[in-house]
Amino acid sequence: MIVFFILAFLTLLFSLLVVTQRNVVHSAMALAATLFVMAVLFLTLDAPMLGVLQILVYAGAIMILILFVIMLLNPLSIEARPAAWWMLGSLGAAALCLQLAALVHRPAVSAEAAVPASFGGPESIAQSLFTDFALPFGLASVLLLVAIIGAVALAQRQR
Amino acid sequence: MQAPIEYYLVLSAVLFAIGVAGVVIRRDVIVILMSIELMLNAVNLTFIAFSRFMGSVEGQVIVFFVMTVAAAEAVVGLAIVISVFRFRQTLDPRDMQLLKW
Repeated sequence: MIVFFILAFLTLLFSLLVVTQRNVVHSAMALAATLFVMAVLFLTLDAPMLGVLQILVYAGAIMILILFVIMLLNPLSIEARPAAWWMLGSLGAAALCLQLAALVHRPAVSAEAAVPASFGGPESIAQSLFTDFALPFGLASVLLLVAIIGAVALAQRQR
Repeated sequence: MQAPIEYYLVLSAVLFAIGVAGVVIRRDVIVILMSIELMLNAVNLTFIAFSRFMGSVEGQVIVFFVMTVAAAEAVVGLAIVISVFRFRQTLDPRDMQLLKW
C-alpha cells in the first residue's frame, strides 16, 4: 500500500513536469522518468513481462527516438501560451479528471482474483498471444512494417 | 498489502487528464506527442489493473498491442514533424493549418 502511494506520487510529479517544463529536453527526460515509474507500477500488478517491455520499448526505444528528433531539429524555445490558456486547459483537465474518477466510485471488481504464480510472465502472455490473439498479432506486425516504410518515406530528403 | 483497484483507476484517470491538459496547453508538437504517450500509458495502467484483479491475462495482451500501436504512432508522428520542420522551420501547431477548413 505504501509502495503504491510512493509510486503514484512520483508518477504524478513527473507527468506534471512533462506538461509544465518550458525546455523540451526537460519534458522528455520527465516523460522517461514517468515511464520508468509506471513500469514499477506494472510490476506491483503482477505484470513483470509488460514492465520489462515498458522499459525496453517506451523508456528505451521511443524516448531515444524523441530525444534524437529534438536534437536533430534543435527547436527554438517557443513562447508560452497566455495564462488564459493555462487556466482553460487546467480547468478542462480537472473537470475530465473528476468525471473519470466519478466512474470509479462503484467498484466493478472488489476483491483481488487468485492467480497462478506464472501470471503475467512471458509464458502466459505468449500462450494467449499465439492462440486467441494470433490474427491481431499478425496485423500488428503488418502495422509495424507499414509504419517503418511510412516513416522512411516521410522523413527522407525529397529529391 | 495490495492497493485496491479503485486507487489504480483514479491514478490512471488523473494521468489521462494530465495528458489531455498537455495536448491543450502546449504549443510544441513534440510535447503534444509526448502527452499522447502519457494518455496511452494511463489507459495501459487501467488495462493491467483490471487484468490483475479479474485474474485474466487478456488485459496484458491488449496492453502489448497498445504498445505496438503507440510505437508505430510515435514513429510516424515524428517523421511528420521532421517533414514539416524541413519545409516550414517551425514546431508550432498554429503554423500547420494547411488542411484546416
